[in-house]
Amino acid sequence: MSVGAPRGLASSGQKPITEILHPLSAAEEPLSPGPDVTIRVGGEKDLGLTNGTPVESSSPSSASFNRLQLDDDSEADARDPYASTETRDLFVTVDDPKKHVSTMETYITYRVSTKTTRIEFDLPEYCVRRRYQDFDWLRMKLEDSQPTHLIPPLPEKFVMKGVVDRFSEEFVETRMKALDKFLKRVADHPVLSFNPHLNAFLSAKDLNKRQGLALLSKVGESVKQVAGGYKLRARPLEFCAMGEYLDTFTQKLGTIDRIAQRILKEQSEYLTELREYGTVYSSWAGSEEELQRPLEGVAGCVTTCCGAMEDLSENMSQDFLPVLREYVLYIESMKNVLRKRDQSQAEYEGRLEAAILRKQEDRTPMPVEVEKCQDKVECFNADLKADWERWQGNKRQDFKQLLTGMADKNINYYEKCQAAWESLITLLQDKQTEDKSSDTN
Amino acid sequence: MADDGREESVATDEDSDQTAGDGSLNNTMMEEGSTLLRRMEICVAEAEKRSGKNAVSMQETFTVYLVETRPMDAVTEGRNPAPDSLWRRYSEFELLRNYLIVTYPYIVVPPLPEKRAEFVWHKLSADNMDPDFVERRRVGLENFLLRVASHPVLSNDRILYHFLTEEHGWKEVVYETGFQVKSDSRLRALSATFRVRNPDKRFTDMKRYSDELQSHTSQLLRARARVADRLYGVYKVHGNYGRVFSEWSAIEKEMGDGLQSAGHHMDAYAASIDDILEEEEHYADQLKEYLFYAEALRAVCRKHELTQFELEMASQDLISKKQQREELATGIVRTFSFKGMTNKLFGQEAPEQREARLKLLEELITEGEETVKEKTVECEEHVERGWVDMQRFQEQKDKDLREALINYAVMQISMCKKGIQVWSNAKECFLKM
Repeated sequence: MSVGAPRGLASSGQKPITEILHPLSAAEEPLSPGPDVTIRVGGEKDLGLTNGTPVESSSPSSASFNRLQLDDDSEADARDPYASTETRDLFVTVDDPKKHVSTMETYITYRVSTKTTRIEFDLPEYCVRRRYQDFDWLRMKLEDSQPTHLIPPLPEKFVMKGVVDRFSEEFVETRMKALDKFLKRVADHPVLSFNPHLNAFLSAKDLNKRQGLALLSKVGESVKQVAGGYKLRARPLEFCAMGEYLDTFTQKLGTIDRIAQRILKEQSEYLTELREYGTVYSSWAGSEEELQRPLEGVAGCVTTCCGAMEDLSENMSQDFLPVLREYVLYIESMKNVLRKRDQSQAEYEGRLEAAILRKQEDRTPMPVEVEKCQDKVECFNADLKADWERWQGNKRQDFKQLLTGMADKNINYYEKCQAAWESLITLLQDKQTEDKSSDTN
Repeated sequence: MADDGREESVATDEDSDQTAGDGSLNNTMMEEGSTLLRRMEICVAEAEKRSGKNAVSMQETFTVYLVETRPMDAVTEGRNPAPDSLWRRYSEFELLRNYLIVTYPYIVVPPLPEKRAEFVWHKLSADNMDPDFVERRRVGLENFLLRVASHPVLSNDRILYHFLTEEHGWKEVVYETGFQVKSDSRLRALSATFRVRNPDKRFTDMKRYSDELQSHTSQLLRARARVADRLYGVYKVHGNYGRVFSEWSAIEKEMGDGLQSAGHHMDAYAASIDDILEEEEHYADQLKEYLFYAEALRAVCRKHELTQFELEMASQDLISKKQQREELATGIVRTFSFKGMTNKLFGQEAPEQREARLKLLEELITEGEETVKEKTVECEEHVERGWVDMQRFQEQKDKDLREALINYAVMQISMCKKGIQVWSNAKECFLKM
């Protein structure tokens, strides 16, 4: 019994849906799902079986049932990108940066803590130390093994020595937050979180990075080897729209980045003048008697305001800008996936055309390759759309958080300043009533 | 801003309608111990542009200010008669002030608002015709009149009274007082350097204080202008968020509305700085008043130096003349003199000549003694009256500046509240994204 009407996969190429050998058009023979399936697909138990790519031995349709489940689940996920904690069963945290000094090099490691009920993991809890290189390795492995999925970005790898202090508290803090975000996004992803490389990353005592080779999937390789010679006929509208959106979004983020930097600059210059301003009040107080306390009071308020402004600027450069920039990287990743999708569609169309021509010439049947390509495209499209929805949801949450954070910090700044000035008035007015009562006039 | 007058009694002459030597109006019409401001409501109500020909027959545009006065008892009784009014130019105010500082050198005379806009931050216009500048000047001129009219000494001046009540012919009356001559010599004296042997220490200290006050207020005004400039920049750049949020909202579905509204708030934030800084100009004006006041204070101290110096010179001159007389009388030369030398070289002079010279010397000595007496009185009076007014000034200054600082703090609080409001509004919008 086919499970519901096919949804959202109708957009593969120009051919009407009925003519395409649709992965969903078949029977229901599922692969046995694993015991821990709640909303996840059991098919992930087979290493190398990612994204519902059909197993060699069975017909394309058998895996498709799982595929459908995956679709359902991923679409459910998309509606609720931050699934409630009751259904989440994998929690990761990155914290506790420590500096390691050896004869060869100095580097920072971070503690990666995991809590999980998944049976893919041997233990319910893990605590390992990883360095940036390890995260980089993980991301590379994920990209290789899950090419049709959007892999969250990492913070910038290279920092110019001499320009940025790699060991300064601020830098390490910022980087750590980004790594934490990266890992959380992977852990929340219904497909990526079951990737064995992630498992190794979270649990292995010593991360043997050469291990990865054996796990490299065939799918990964074949998609990577998409020939560059294929040209895309017509990109489906929705993917065009995605591309356009990403381009415009990148632009806007760039503008916001520039504005934020400009604000920081203006604030810094303001701060310089404000400090000087405060000292003038202080030095004037030195030559006054009655006015000494009020003038000192004003100088003190100005100093407090300087401190508050410093905090605001620091926060903008530490928390706001890095997150903004990370999103630009995220967008780049997404664009890459779109490009890969284009390539796989191009390849399919190319092979299809060639096959049709041959069929017309000498009646050779449609090669299996072409069907496989078609499957790839369908899966790719489905994965991409699911990831897109999730990404949009995440983006909305992230920016909501980012912008309200910015508003909060500004409110905070003004509150601090207001409190300082209000206490000054109290001080001055108390003195006034003091004077009035002792005034014999 | 201006004090509403202290109850200081002013000695009034028995004779009514007589003007004393220094121009103060002694009139039984005046209650003893009251200042002009108690009898008369004064304000500078309006400003208008005029054009006319100036002294060199060139066409020029200038501003005139409407000075309105009303008898105070009419006001307090609830009647509301139309005020008397006349138009005055800034230059006429200047003339009045020049007259006052020359006639009352022991008084710290209230200053006029600045002639040209200074300490401007970039957005503020330095143009004298700018309506904001004219408005602030109007307020400054009113403040000047109120301060003068509430001063225990200055408020009695008849020239001041004429300034407020007679539009035409006032200038001629001022010039008739002959103050111009005193004004020129005063200017010369102010810029001269001379060494005083025994200045009153209080005046020396006060002079140093006036320098410090001048220095600090001008530093503060400059620093404030720079801060204002920078703050302007910070606020205005936020306006760019308005535009980009709007553009971004166009490509978003659920986030669009929230972003768009937040953008409007960012625009409002950027626009709010104009009013904030305009209000702060009032604080700057208060500081400026005391910057110029410092100069007036210094002038009183300088006048003391001058009178003290003249006294010392006169005393010195008297001493030397007396010494000359002694030498002439006794023939003993104590100090070097040409006469003594020539006497030695060419022999003594004839007794008749000596008699004549002695007689002359006696006359000069008598004159000199008179001069010393006069100068002593002048000096002592100046010290006495000057000290009183400097004390008064200090108290006024402490009170005014303290209030100004409180008002500044109030302005800052208001600015903070506005900031909190705008960002809270923006936050609401972000939460709805």
